Amino acid sequence: MPDPIGRPLSPHLSVYRPEITSVLSILHRLSGLLLGFGMVALAAFLVAAAAGPEAFALATSAVDSLIGCAFLVAVSVAFFYHLANGVRHLFWDAGFGFELVNVRRSGWFVVALTVILTVLFWSGVAAA
Amino acid sequence: MVAFRLPRGSEVRQGRRIPAPDGASRVREFRVYRYSPDDDESPRVDTFEVDLDKSGPMVLDALIEIKNSADSTLAFRRSCREGVCGSCAMNIDGTNTLACTKAIDDVRGPVKVYPLPHMPVIKDLIPDLTDAYAQYALVEPWLKTESPPPARERLQSEEDRRKLDGLYECILCFCCSTSCPSYWWNGDRYLGPATLLQAARWLQDSRDEATGERLDALEDPFRLYRCHTIMNCTKTCPKGLNPARAISDIKRRIQQRR
Repeated sequence: MPDPIGRPLSPHLSVYRPEITSVLSILHRLSGLLLGFGMVALAAFLVAAAAGPEAFALATSAVDSLIGCAFLVAVSVAFFYHLANGVRHLFWDAGFGFELVNVRRSGWFVVALTVILTVLFWSGVAAA
Repeated sequence: MVAFRLPRGSEVRQGRRIPAPDGASRVREFRVYRYSPDDDESPRVDTFEVDLDKSGPMVLDALIEIKNSADSTLAFRRSCREGVCGSCAMNIDGTNTLACTKAIDDVRGPVKVYPLPHMPVIKDLIPDLTDAYAQYALVEPWLKTESPPPARERLQSEEDRRKLDGLYECILCFCCSTSCPSYWWNGDRYLGPATLLQAARWLQDSRDEATGERLDALEDPFRLYRCHTIMNCTKTCPKGLNPARAISDIKRRIQQRR
């Protein structure tokens, strides 16, 4: 919204330091968005599987492609991050973990947990 | 509304460079946001070389030194120079804080100084806080009672008084509100952490008898619930207070009364 008497708006995103607090917060939203796309892709895959052998073969080749694999890995990262950070939000909603030192600790814990769960998940998939 | 880019006329140009006086030994670079309503120019960032031997240890001391010896037109608010008045709140080295309690030595590289983010600028480092104060007035920050006045003061137990610790110390510098992305995008309708901390302060006061109507006024998708627990407010508060926890307390009070 332009200022009624033409004053400038002070800089915000371009000058504010990325903090562990705000970066993890926007990642929570972005991972939720990606999970939405992931659900659409999953529904499309199931529809293709129900539609017959040719459609299923096409869907399988899409999943096996490099872009398909990258998308799956991205969705898995988003899933584990959104899950872990969602639990972190539940603790906040219950009134726990607001001390700055705990905010930093739980933030880095969520990041580490995301990496660990993603690696465990895909090594499980590879083993199977 | 979310707008990642600055509107036209708010973009910041590179400004002048004002070198340190000859013979200065401990020179530090300060990049300071400048805007004057008296000409038609868009905002710029001036670079001042400050001789630290002539300046005190805090960023505010350097700004005063700039105003005294380099450019007397530099405008900023300041009063107490000891972190109790909240006047010199600004964005220093990427985070909001008080210039008077921010040590120059704590900043690495050139010291970047901007006004509080996403606010209309009156001049240089002075933002217009009119809307923020109006939001503060909206939560009616005074003791409201219905019971007849007692013969003397309305008393409070030491235990009840302690419940106000962490709330009453706020100096209303608005560092927290202007660090909050949610307040940036919806500051016209979201009250912001500074005001909500004050709302929590009056909800918490054992002598106040308007808790219900205060909660009614806050229970709104925008006024209260634009807080998404981003926590930039708590991260940046120069007084070490916790607005995010205060807002969470308000949300839980509303849940509990249902």
